[in-house]
Amino acid sequence: MEKSLNWGEFVITRLVRASGYSAIIFVALIFFFLVREGLPTFGEVEFSSLTNIRWYPIEDRFGILPLITGSLMVTIGATLIAVPFGIGTAIYISEIAPRWMREILKPLVELLAGLPSVVLGFLGILVLSPYLRVFLDLPTGLTAFTGSILLGGIAIPTVVSVAEDALDAVPRAYREGAWALGATRWQTIWRVTLPAARSGVLTAIMLGIGRAIGETMAVMMVTGNAPVLATALTSLFSPVRTMTATIAAEMGEVASGSTHYHVLFFIGMVLFLISLGVNIAASSVVFRAKKRAERILS
Amino acid sequence: MKRAIIFFLLFSFFFISCSPNSSSDTPSDSSALYIENKGSDTIVNLALAWAERYQSQHPEVRISVTGGGSGTGIASLINGTVDIANASRQIKEEEIEDAKSNGIDPVEFIVARDAIAVIVNPENPVDQLTLKQISDIYSGKYTNWSEVGGDDRPIVRLSRETNSGTHVYFLETVLRLGNSEDETLFSMDTLLLPSSEGIIVEVRQNPNAIGYDGLGYVPDDLKMIAIAEEEGGSYVLPAISTVNDKTYPIARDLYMYTDGEPTGVIKEYLEWILSAEAQEIVAELGFVPVGGE
Repeated sequence: MEKSLNWGEFVITRLVRASGYSAIIFVALIFFFLVREGLPTFGEVEFSSLTNIRWYPIEDRFGILPLITGSLMVTIGATLIAVPFGIGTAIYISEIAPRWMREILKPLVELLAGLPSVVLGFLGILVLSPYLRVFLDLPTGLTAFTGSILLGGIAIPTVVSVAEDALDAVPRAYREGAWALGATRWQTIWRVTLPAARSGVLTAIMLGIGRAIGETMAVMMVTGNAPVLATALTSLFSPVRTMTATIAAEMGEVASGSTHYHVLFFIGMVLFLISLGVNIAASSVVFRAKKRAERILS
Repeated sequence: MKRAIIFFLLFSFFFISCSPNSSSDTPSDSSALYIENKGSDTIVNLALAWAERYQSQHPEVRISVTGGGSGTGIASLINGTVDIANASRQIKEEEIEDAKSNGIDPVEFIVARDAIAVIVNPENPVDQLTLKQISDIYSGKYTNWSEVGGDDRPIVRLSRETNSGTHVYFLETVLRLGNSEDETLFSMDTLLLPSSEGIIVEVRQNPNAIGYDGLGYVPDDLKMIAIAEEEGGSYVLPAISTVNDKTYPIARDLYMYTDGEPTGVIKEYLEWILSAEAQEIVAELGFVPVGGE
């Protein structure tokens, strides 16, 4: 090897390494910032007040439980919608659709992923919520369910796009092997292709959930933002207030350094920990599955 | 590893040094006249709109507008750090005393009025309510329209977000009926919508809904409720005339305070604010203009 080539290689490896480290550093810095701004909450607000059921910050009532249940409600609803539809669509595009249809569908789905959520929020508030109110005979159409449908719609393109790539990466030989053994098309998809692409499909689901739990604008527009503690399944059909909407609606006007300000950062911390938990759970599932596969093969 | 860190640091310095220089092309007219204007968040948008229009007509005048709340504005006036304080309430006795002892003599100007209309869907047969009834609706005591003379429908309460000045004013004047000892809160299931537009859209399509908004924002296709201060009183619909003759109960004056009778550029600015042209901006922003003063 010549010296100049070595030099080029040196620069490139360092650059790649620096960008790799920077990702970790940025996450650490963000978390550090959240903790620094959020932790004073414990000194300023009593723990019993935080676990109260009333969120009314201008009167110093900082019960964050309704916000947590609100976010969970909407996110779980959205996941239940996005996962079956998303993976179904991915399977159709990757395994069943003829080539020409595939070439239309894939870019269309990716276009959908680029749709700004505010636009979907407008559709939700003008079309979906009035329709749901009449159709389900609810007092108002601004409910957790409306938010779930909208978020499901927002998460589907992400799920489809990533899951389809994972299915596409499964070697053709796997399917041919299954067919040779006399498996039907459905058996091949369900028993061979999908398990083989499991880790990619799981990543798709995680990214979808992440998209749903972090989404702000659309949720703020259609869920009604009433901080009511969700205690039963019927809460799905009443208004809720999510953590993201609370931060977005209130951060703009809050005095920096005030108790309210610290509590909003504390909510940010909770949100961060929830998505961290989801990610860890998912990767441990993938990891365990991989180990099992290795054991069977050996 | 160490070298990687050094590299990263170099990298970040590179980015820092690339940040654009702050632009310095603001007109450096030495004869520029400054007006410091600070106070109520309710008025801040109006004050900004005025300042913008006035500066475009008088480029030699520079007006800086900041919010912070009525109390902040008045405190700054007392400390002598602003020329004009904005307030959505009248100055208090003790504030006047503080000012006097600081050698400041606050002079009051009513620059606009703010009225809140209570709105419902046109399909809703309810036309009039007392303040007490509206308070009971929003605090959750009434949950069905039949309890206040309407159809048998659930009541869906709509409100602005808690950071809106309108929300606080409505809480104090309507929910608590002006009683500062009162601890009544909005019912927990009150929908908090981030914008006026959100409230209007929901009221327009939902016959169960009740909402409130600045008078100037209410479109013609929604029904405004006539309000009586107490039972047996006369029910008054919100309108510019009823706000100006003070018969409509949910309305307040918006003030500007100066130190002593204003002179020079501040005087000219305040005179312009009370002119027809500036009061047109008042109406555009959803407030009620002060007529012919």
